[in-house]
Amino acid sequence: MTPLLQVKNVTKKFGGLTANNDVTFDVAEGEILSVIGPNGAGKSTLFKMISSFMSTTSGEVFYKGEKISNNKPHIIAQKGVVRTFQETTIFKSMTVRESVVVAQHLRATASLPGYFFGTKAAHHDEESFGRNADELLEFLGMGEIRNELASNLPQGNLRALGIAIGLATDPKVLLLDEPFAGMNHDETTKMVELVRSVRDEKGVTVMLVEHDMPAVMSISDRIVVLNFGEKIAEGTPLEIQNNERVIEAYLGSADDEIGM
Amino acid sequence: MFKNVTSKQWLGLAAFLLAIFVAVPMFIAATGRTDFYFTLTMVALLSIASGGVWLTFYIGRINIGQGAFGLIGAYASAVMITTFDVNFWLALPIAGLFAALVAVLIGLPILRLRGVYFAMITLVLTEVVKLTSLALDITNGARGITNIPRPDALSIFGVTIIPDFATMANPKLGFYYLACLLMVLAFAALYRIVNSRLGHLCRSMQQNEELASSIGVNISHIRLIVFAISSFFGGIGGAMVASLTQSVYPNTFQVKDSVDFMLNVFLGGLGYVFGPMLGTLTIYFGWDLLFFFGKWQLLIYSTLLIILMLILPNGILSLRLKKPGSDVAKAADAAGLALKEGK
Repeated sequence: MTPLLQVKNVTKKFGGLTANNDVTFDVAEGEILSVIGPNGAGKSTLFKMISSFMSTTSGEVFYKGEKISNNKPHIIAQKGVVRTFQETTIFKSMTVRESVVVAQHLRATASLPGYFFGTKAAHHDEESFGRNADELLEFLGMGEIRNELASNLPQGNLRALGIAIGLATDPKVLLLDEPFAGMNHDETTKMVELVRSVRDEKGVTVMLVEHDMPAVMSISDRIVVLNFGEKIAEGTPLEIQNNERVIEAYLGSADDEIGM
Repeated sequence: MFKNVTSKQWLGLAAFLLAIFVAVPMFIAATGRTDFYFTLTMVALLSIASGGVWLTFYIGRINIGQGAFGLIGAYASAVMITTFDVNFWLALPIAGLFAALVAVLIGLPILRLRGVYFAMITLVLTEVVKLTSLALDITNGARGITNIPRPDALSIFGVTIIPDFATMANPKLGFYYLACLLMVLAFAALYRIVNSRLGHLCRSMQQNEELASSIGVNISHIRLIVFAISSFFGGIGGAMVASLTQSVYPNTFQVKDSVDFMLNVFLGGLGYVFGPMLGTLTIYFGWDLLFFFGKWQLLIYSTLLIILMLILPNGILSLRLKKPGSDVAKAADAAGLALKEGK
């Protein structure tokens, strides 16, 4: 069986700087895979290339065997691969519910003129969007803040809103951009549970890019480690924890230490 | 189609329609100021074009090029009517569609630009169309097109709906009614757009284009649609102005007019669908009302405008008691925000 998402020999160069070099890995259906690495390891660049927010210099990304790299973001989203952003990227002047309603754009059955003239299909869509939004927000534990303006939300809720917006598109693969960044322990624990329930109950495959080691270790089925743009390890959290190259990348090699 | 409209809003609409279709003609008949007909007809037509500009603001683009599309619409209808003998009632929508088509062709490259870059390009458009009309044979160069016949009768299945304007006892009143009717239709359409899916997608783009594209919104497609609709309004407004004045020259719409269209929108309020109407009325009619100040007219007018914009940065309609968190208030804030950030 082909893996759901395949990253094949992806390379990104900015002039003389190589952000990603020949990165290859697969994401299986239904798993939670994390990409980790020290600052500047090329995680974000890789993330943008998978969601087509950036083109690759060489190499390809496949979804269900179909090439999706070097395309337009909205087309990738239509196929079912949806990314989230960090907390500042929201619809500031929409309420939580409005954001989630508008994000169901891809599920629309009526055409834009249909909406303009208020056809039956349009009414049906609008009702189901509202219902879906309420259900989804309830599921994410955001029912009580549904009528809050996005710009008034605290940071932790913003991250959840980002995930809600992503989930509203009914994705097959959800790409999360540093979902735990800047969170305290409690918030992180809650978010880990949330991401897990998204996978378990919605059946969404999750790939995330993250710094927070403990969170990544507890949430991931598998982990891919990048260092200076190259993949240096891939495996289960336990394998990664004991991988020498990973320890080296994060802590520096024993030979580098002063006095040795 | 309008099920979300509250009874209070229906009442407001009824009062507005009564005012423009009954009260104003009665007032003019009573005071004998028939010159107001021309002024108010112009206000109605220019506010249609301003409504288009407002829509481009709604996707976070500053549009200072509506004069170009007004000119295109004016010339398209004038050429069709005088050279090809097309019926006015057919020429009018075609002129709008032609302006929209040109907008699509121009929009394809320039709508990628944001903020001040898009604004600068649109600022040039009016001049480009003016120079083009000077150079072309079909537009008759600097002499323009004059003696455009008044609108013919409009009949469907042999039933005359609108009589021939040339035979009307008071064609000024005819134009006034027609302009008001078109304005009402245009703003009803705008209201509907903003409150339907297209408007919601526009709002998502206005607030964050990256996030909008991540949820599958084809942002370049929506931008083109919006720019085309905006220019359609410009084209219709322009074609009507040409018909009203029975002429069109390269100077019929100038860069200054394009700036005025934008000012109308600002003054009325970016967050309010009906802002452009009020803005146009204030700017155009306000100027006329200050006529008796003679040489002080421009000074007083400009000072008043500056004061208005200082006191009411969100437009005149922000005076209305707005409920915090209402659609209107949010849209107003968002529009202001998007512009401040130069998106």
